Amino acid sequence: MQQINLLLTSLPDGILLGFVYGLAAMGLTLIWGVMNVINLSHGPIIALGMFGTFFLFTKAGLNPYVGLIPIAVFGLLLGVLIYTVAVHRVINAPHLSSLLATFSVNMIIIGLGTAALTTSPYNVDFAAGSFKVGSTTLLGTRLIAALITMLFTGGLYLFLYRTRPGKYIRAVANNRAAAELMGVPSTRILALSFGLGTMLAAVSGALIATFFPFSILAGGSYELKSFVIGVLGGLGNPVGALFGGLVLGILEGIIPAFLETSWVPVIEFGLFVVILLVRPSGLFGAKQ
Amino acid sequence: MKRSLLSLFTLLILMGMILSACGPSAAPTEAPAVATEAPVETAPTEAPAAATEAPVPVEETITIGFTSSLTGAQEVSSKRQVAGFNLWMNQVNEAGGIKLSDGTVVKFAAQTYDDESSKERVQELYTRLITEDNADFLISPYSSGLAAAASIIAEQNGKIMITAGAAEDDAYKTGNTSLFQLYTPGSQYLLSTVDMLKTLDPEAKIAIVHENDKFSTSVMDGLKPYLESQGFETVLDEGYATETTDFGPVINKIVESGATVLLGGGHYPDGSTFARQLYERKVGLKFISLLVAPADSKFPELGDAALGVSTSSQWELAATHTPEEASAAGKTWYGPTGEDFAAAYNTATGEKPTYHVAGGYMTGLILQKAIEDADSVDPEKVRAALEALDIFTFYGGIKFDTSADAHGLQIGHQMVVAQWQKDDTGALVRKVIWPQDVANAAPLYPIPAP
Repeated sequence: MQQINLLLTSLPDGILLGFVYGLAAMGLTLIWGVMNVINLSHGPIIALGMFGTFFLFTKAGLNPYVGLIPIAVFGLLLGVLIYTVAVHRVINAPHLSSLLATFSVNMIIIGLGTAALTTSPYNVDFAAGSFKVGSTTLLGTRLIAALITMLFTGGLYLFLYRTRPGKYIRAVANNRAAAELMGVPSTRILALSFGLGTMLAAVSGALIATFFPFSILAGGSYELKSFVIGVLGGLGNPVGALFGGLVLGILEGIIPAFLETSWVPVIEFGLFVVILLVRPSGLFGAKQ
Repeated sequence: MKRSLLSLFTLLILMGMILSACGPSAAPTEAPAVATEAPVETAPTEAPAAATEAPVPVEETITIGFTSSLTGAQEVSSKRQVAGFNLWMNQVNEAGGIKLSDGTVVKFAAQTYDDESSKERVQELYTRLITEDNADFLISPYSSGLAAAASIIAEQNGKIMITAGAAEDDAYKTGNTSLFQLYTPGSQYLLSTVDMLKTLDPEAKIAIVHENDKFSTSVMDGLKPYLESQGFETVLDEGYATETTDFGPVINKIVESGATVLLGGGHYPDGSTFARQLYERKVGLKFISLLVAPADSKFPELGDAALGVSTSSQWELAATHTPEEASAAGKTWYGPTGEDFAAAYNTATGEKPTYHVAGGYMTGLILQKAIEDADSVDPEKVRAALEALDIFTFYGGIKFDTSADAHGLQIGHQMVVAQWQKDDTGALVRKVIWPQDVANAAPLYPIPAP
């Protein structure tokens, strides 16, 4: 009975957290879906989003949710820059080249970040209240983060399906050569896609910073979660990523009800291997 | 194709995890950060043994080797420990070094590297400190895990290592003879807190929630039988991974268990996160004691979440030990007073010292006393002097176990319990609440509801 209670109290928390995990993973999976590049600079970009919130809130006094706008713009521009400088030249090379290129960007950001910000934990002292629902305490920051994630997901969907650049992105994702023959400026579209992916990563980092402390190395664990979610939801499938995030969040909520908390990563990454082995296209199918 | 690519990127992720955790490669940090700070005018100790008829003073520079965590999980506390050590070294060198009876003047130089909070780096770098840098004596890195890794190398090479920031007991119970522990051992860390709870609320229900690392596990292993012997009921006993950031599920477990008191934590990053989330979720515990994090001067950055959180502390300025205490205990007093130490540190860094700073300072002070007592820098004579040491300092008593079963284990030092409370202006201050004879405030019990 105690475990059932524990399950019921932990589940909403897991779901809310899962939304944000899903947003982070959406950025990774979008880039993979469009250009078959696994972005290993994903984690440090999440960390940069966290620091964006920190500096805008503590130094400029900006509400963290208003601060999402400049962080999103920064993420988009940073992604376009990374694509132009590090990825574009190796986009048609073997996959290892793009992996190493983004990994190099990862190390550059971590190196610069460590020099400038150290690896000390930072904390955004911001609270949005809490709500008691039965025996469950819901934190306002997580609730708002989940709502913003839904907004971003809806916005991404509308962008991809209702706008011309979005349709171009889908066209390039489906068949780049054919899209180019139809006059789609593929280089610009690829840069835009990379920018959108990094924008989602930065925004997810900015939201995570409102409820967890962080350092420049903190993005690494969310990058790993993004891989698990990506594989769970199907690499290249942004909507699948959101559901994958929810699955992971729920697992993180319910596993501690039955086992010690330290079992959570064991089960998460065990699941990663199992999905890779038995259903490599993910629970919701990879991109078509 | 896709499957092989996924295998490839899985491999690269693992590489990435390792490299990301490592951060940039370590360059030797020969000039310690605080060594460049303004020199401190205060002479550190009683006048070192005066040279009597030494014809020609010969200066000898002793190299002290250690690693510090300039990056990674142990960064915050490690930097403070190094700052304390550097203060001691600057003071001794500024005061003209240690004068031996044969006329030799002993001065000190530090050789140090960034260990990136990594055990592998620690072992690699301590080997380098011994074999390439020819360090004469060693200081441990901060944290029990890193110190245990370094102790293996020190012991293999027969180098004396003073361990600070390393409370775990096991390393001293494996036949080592080169390690000398400064901190009160982990197994005794929370015993004072339990004694205090016994007087405050003998019916308290205890939740033990701790980081799954060497130090915290060692503390809890010592705590559990003591709790039982004092008649407390432990309603939850749970470990969490070092990198845990979401304490929501474990907090729900605490609430479900009906616990009224939480004893646990681990180090700074997890402890500060845990405290914040306990506050946000309005758990309503009567008492919270976390390891390490609340002892740091960064802790009040949590705001009201810090209020009432207590910690076991190796040293607090408010309850610093005094020469009168030493006299009453029949012990020899050595070194500066706590006030002088704190003033010197404040002059050098502009900050108040924490127990990690005091620990770093004490590593040097102990070595200084042993060299003075040995009247030599010969490692065997210094080792014998350390084994015979039984002194009292501003940090408290220092005496090492010399039995074969637990050689080097600290047996002379006692912990105090400190708690974050608000002063008259509403500012958060760390008060000593136990033992009663050194306390400067009554325990805040129960902690006010958020």
